[in-house]
Amino acid sequence: MGGLTWRVARVLDTHQENASARSLHLHVPGWPGHRPGQHVDVRLTDERGDQAARSYSIASTPQGEHLTLTVVRVQDGEVSPYLVDDARPGDQFEVLGPIGGYFVWDAPGNAPLLLVAGGSGLVPLMCMLRARFTRPHGVPAALLYSLRAPDDTLFAHELDDYARRDASFVLTRTYTRTAPPGWTGLTGRVGATTLATVTTRPAGTPEPTAFVCGPTGFVERVARTLVELGFTPDHVRTERFGPTGRTA
Amino acid sequence: MTDKPLVTRGFRGRLRDTDPARLPPGQYVTSDFPVLSAGPTPTSPLARWDFSVYDDDTLLTRWTWAEFLTLPAEDVTTDIHCVTHWSKYDTRWRGVRLDTLFDLAGRRAPFVLATCDGGYTTNLTLEDVLGAKAWVVYQYDGHPIEPEHGGPARLLVPHLYFWKSAKWVRALKLIQQDHPGFWEQRGYHNHADPWKEERYWED
Ligand SMILES: Cc1cc2nc3c(=O)[nH]c(=O)nc-3n(C[C@H](O)[C@H](O)[C@H](O)COP(=O)(O)OP(=O)(O)OC[C@H]3O[C@@H](n4cnc5c(N)ncnc54)[C@H](O)[C@@H]3O)c2cc1C
Repeated sequence: MGGLTWRVARVLDTHQENASARSLHLHVPGWPGHRPGQHVDVRLTDERGDQAARSYSIASTPQGEHLTLTVVRVQDGEVSPYLVDDARPGDQFEVLGPIGGYFVWDAPGNAPLLLVAGGSGLVPLMCMLRARFTRPHGVPAALLYSLRAPDDTLFAHELDDYARRDASFVLTRTYTRTAPPGWTGLTGRVGATTLATVTTRPAGTPEPTAFVCGPTGFVERVARTLVELGFTPDHVRTERFGPTGRTA
Repeated sequence: MTDKPLVTRGFRGRLRDTDPARLPPGQYVTSDFPVLSAGPTPTSPLARWDFSVYDDDTLLTRWTWAEFLTLPAEDVTTDIHCVTHWSKYDTRWRGVRLDTLFDLAGRRAPFVLATCDGGYTTNLTLEDVLGAKAWVVYQYDGHPIEPEHGGPARLLVPHLYFWKSAKWVRALKLIQQDHPGFWEQRGYHNHADPWKEERYWED
């Protein structure tokens, strides 16, 4: 087994993460395993033979033939509304993967981990964090999570729990439109000031490896700012979920 | 690939009217221009930009930005196909054919390695880039190419998946032996023909 071929995925169960996001727990016979950060291509076919394919990151750490995708609904989208609203246990579709050989993290060496997520860009970074927390002495890790409003929050309990349990994991959220009542943390878009709070480190400690994921504009801005703050470009790995926000 | 596609209950596609002679298998048409890059977008001031052709490690010729703009250029309107399944029709570019660059450099070799700002590389066969099939372009839709889309100059090889159209290209290296590039070493197909769905290794 092992090659990249389309495999049948069956929905085992689903978990509503918030009003616009859902996790799908899949069984994929023959799944060869994956590395944190990788994604699958999902292909849907309707009874007329019409097909659509999109990429979705794998949220779960390797667990045999099981994988979890977490999908945020894009209004009027072709594929995400099906995955968030219509798919139910027993449904089947095809997946191709695992895909991606660069935006991956296998806990190499002892470089700290800096994760910067915008919206659904949290999904592949969550897989990396989950992998880090399966180890007793994970490298220092920081997550800066930019989201529009409290209703968009993904994996809230799990993240807060990680932050409580382990002082070497620093969790920072910033709300770009609406903050929760009584919020005293960060608000507004991620920029140099926000990033500086998570990138300052004691002299002599190794440069973190940064993984940045989210909408294209977000990733462009964050990656550029990290370089301006002194990161070596090849320590900044990016994945852009689209769209550009304009039609050029 | 499975022989007969598996029908997914509850899914209804958009059923766009797509011409199978124009849209490669597994692609959908978008009016967006999504971006796929592995890292930060490099910035190359035009005053320091130049473009080189090498024979292996020997420099054959090098142009400054101003010199490059004087080379014979042409307008190209073409469909492009990204490995992440989107295709975009009738994109408009302006740039210099690779035929022209190699003629001016006075050399040919069976393989070409494109090298870019940011350390990216992509490999191509000579056959895939000669005969008005590949360009170094510096305008998109009548304007300078935006940095996130590969400006100031990128490769355009529209008959292959779009990662072969390397962004921020700075040099072409003529080589005797094929040498997999950045994405080609990381799971993406060495050749990348969208009509054969050459997306990934072992595909
Ligand atoms: C490598 C990779 C991994 C990805 N992983 C995930 C993941 O784990 N979870 C997840 O939810 N998504 C993920 N995406 C995004 C996903 O592939 C789809 O692009 C997304 O679900 C929209 O598809 P759609 O068919 O619903 O919308 P489409 O029919 O493609 O688009 C409908 C309209 O919405 C716009 N649009 C497209 N994408 C977005 C967006 N992200 N935000 C706002 N507007 C948009 C389009 O421009 C279009 O106008 C990933 C993308 C990539 C490239």
